[in-house]
Amino acid sequence: MIDVAVVSFAQRQEASIPGESEVEFMVPLMEQAKAAVDLTQADMGFTCSGSSDFLAGQAFSFVMTIDGTGPVPPISESHVEQDGAWALYEAWVKIQCGGIDTAFVYGYGKSSPGSLRDVLATQMDPYYVCPLWPDSYAVEALAARLMLEGGHVSERRLAEIAARSRVSAASNPHAVRSEPKTVDEILAEDHVLDPLRPSDLPAEADGGCAIVLAAGDRARELCERPAWIRGMDHRGDAHTLGVRDLTSSMSARLAAQHAGVADDKVDLAELYGPFTTSEHLLIDALGLDEDATAINPSGGALAAHTMMASGLIRIGEAASRIWSGDGDRAVAHATSGPCLQQNLVCVLEGD
Amino acid sequence: MASEVLQAPLVLEYPFTRSTGPVIGAFLTGLREGVICGIRRADGTVLCPPLEYDPLTAEPLTELVEVGQSGEVLTWAWNGEPRPMQPFDRPFAWALIRLDGADTSMLHAVFADSPSDMSTGMRVRAVWRSEREGHIADIAGFDPDPDPAGLS
Amino acid sequence: MADDPLAPPAALAGDVTVPPAVAGAEPVQSVCTPIRLSYTYTPGRALSRYLQAMAGKRILGERCGVTGQVFVPPRGVSPLAGTTTAGVVELADTGYVDSFNITRVPIERRPDLKPPYCSAWIVLDGASVGFMGLVINIPPEEVRIGMRVRAVWKPDDELETSAANIGGWEPTGEPDEVIDDYERLGRVGGQQP
Repeated sequence: MIDVAVVSFAQRQEASIPGESEVEFMVPLMEQAKAAVDLTQADMGFTCSGSSDFLAGQAFSFVMTIDGTGPVPPISESHVEQDGAWALYEAWVKIQCGGIDTAFVYGYGKSSPGSLRDVLATQMDPYYVCPLWPDSYAVEALAARLMLEGGHVSERRLAEIAARSRVSAASNPHAVRSEPKTVDEILAEDHVLDPLRPSDLPAEADGGCAIVLAAGDRARELCERPAWIRGMDHRGDAHTLGVRDLTSSMSARLAAQHAGVADDKVDLAELYGPFTTSEHLLIDALGLDEDATAINPSGGALAAHTMMASGLIRIGEAASRIWSGDGDRAVAHATSGPCLQQNLVCVLEGD
Repeated sequence: MASEVLQAPLVLEYPFTRSTGPVIGAFLTGLREGVICGIRRADGTVLCPPLEYDPLTAEPLTELVEVGQSGEVLTWAWNGEPRPMQPFDRPFAWALIRLDGADTSMLHAVFADSPSDMSTGMRVRAVWRSEREGHIADIAGFDPDPDPAGLS
Repeated sequence: MADDPLAPPAALAGDVTVPPAVAGAEPVQSVCTPIRLSYTYTPGRALSRYLQAMAGKRILGERCGVTGQVFVPPRGVSPLAGTTTAGVVELADTGYVDSFNITRVPIERRPDLKPPYCSAWIVLDGASVGFMGLVINIPPEEVRIGMRVRAVWKPDDELETSAANIGGWEPTGEPDEVIDDYERLGRVGGQQP
């Protein structure tokens, strides 16, 4: 196995970025991530991105964003219709294949032109479910009631997760929901989709992020304290909601096992839980001890949810805390699909 | 030079017509005929709606069976404001419903007047559209079953 | 699982059994599941500026700060250098035909386009790349590579913030451009860096 590390990270998230196209707001981020380690596109052995045309209704928008890499002469490049964390996984595998020691990864989403909760209905089964157009909040609300009435979680616990995110988000300049609220204030909120309250929902944002990966000695040259990827795995549950146990996440549990989360202490975990319910399930599935592990010091997706980038941002947030010495061992998680259908877990360590 | 950012309405439409294959096709044929089908797995349990492959073993599934038109609400969420594309014009509950004779649940709408009329475990019965074409929305939704003890 | 990995799945081999209530019915073989998504589209900074200039019958491009090349329509980024563009350039509404085709069958959604008509890749004077336009006011058979053209704008009272303000491109009658020297023309050549 080749040692690969996250050596650079740049992000931007705002409630909406109406004045700029995706490529317009991504190019400065891409330049920033590369300049931070004094690299240019020509230095990158591979480039991979994650995005979805459905968010802004712009067909082949990812092709325009590739303009931002300056792909002339043609670069070695790929794209996933997934969160950028899966693009990072592809880049990591590409480095493992040998022959390159750097990779550039980015993910972005501009959901504000449409209604993300409705757009996400299109990821459901196209015969049985999508024609009824259950939006993403409705689908999660079904899982939430199963969890609440089955005794897997309490409303107070969900409110505590929401309150914690708001506190953490206060020190995150990229958070779009950071005004403090007490647990009781959250419990007093009217339901959006009973049993979910506004504070249980993702804080939708536009934005993106860019990351540089480097292998072995190259990583040590570029970064004082590289955030080494010690394990990474992704797994998926069945697509059909009715055959799944929505009160746990088998795929997240397996991904965590294969990534080696439990092999040592975890100082901090950045979890892509779009809803308070998902964060609760993930803490359990990844086997995290909240007394020993700082959960979502950035505030997580409850503080800023940039579709197609939030998972990659979790990896960047975790890595930057390794660089700064705030932690020695971190877990980053990404998800995709309804009710945590697919999960990616990445373990990062400093030397 | 003006710096105002332009915006314009944009509607994307995909007029998809999907091939069903024999399993989904049989389920939709059933809906058009006013019956609901599941599919039997090797262990005898029944998936409804039916899948073409067993989600645990990937074994092809072929034996469609009729299931009941009433069932149990496993979980629900109150939708006070129907969204634009949803085929329901009044507040309703989303629910995962396990029909009698099935072992898995299907997602559909339950027509109740308010969330206080909903409860997990309640019995519901399919409401059919009068004109049916072989589509999941041939089931207009589910009504709370006024006669839970009755034959389904 | 099938013993022969190449054998079709049982369901597709016609082995599906159905209950009696379905058995005699004409089988459903397809289902219409339309998707409709509504957006408020925002084109971003560069295209907003471009479209606003169009309302005043002006064509804006953007200059790459690295190579000096001028791109139109502008996207805020140089697709060669991968950098934010360095500045806005106002271009002439004249140029030449770099390539073209002739459409002889109608397009369902464009009843306004009467075949045969000529679509061309038009390089504006001062631009490094071409962009699409219709060549009008000349029989399509007479259009040729290098032919000089100018924009035919809609009447002033019909102008909008839209690229449709240019109804097409008509011949200027000037001598044809000789397209043998990409460097002299300031063009982006092939895939040269």
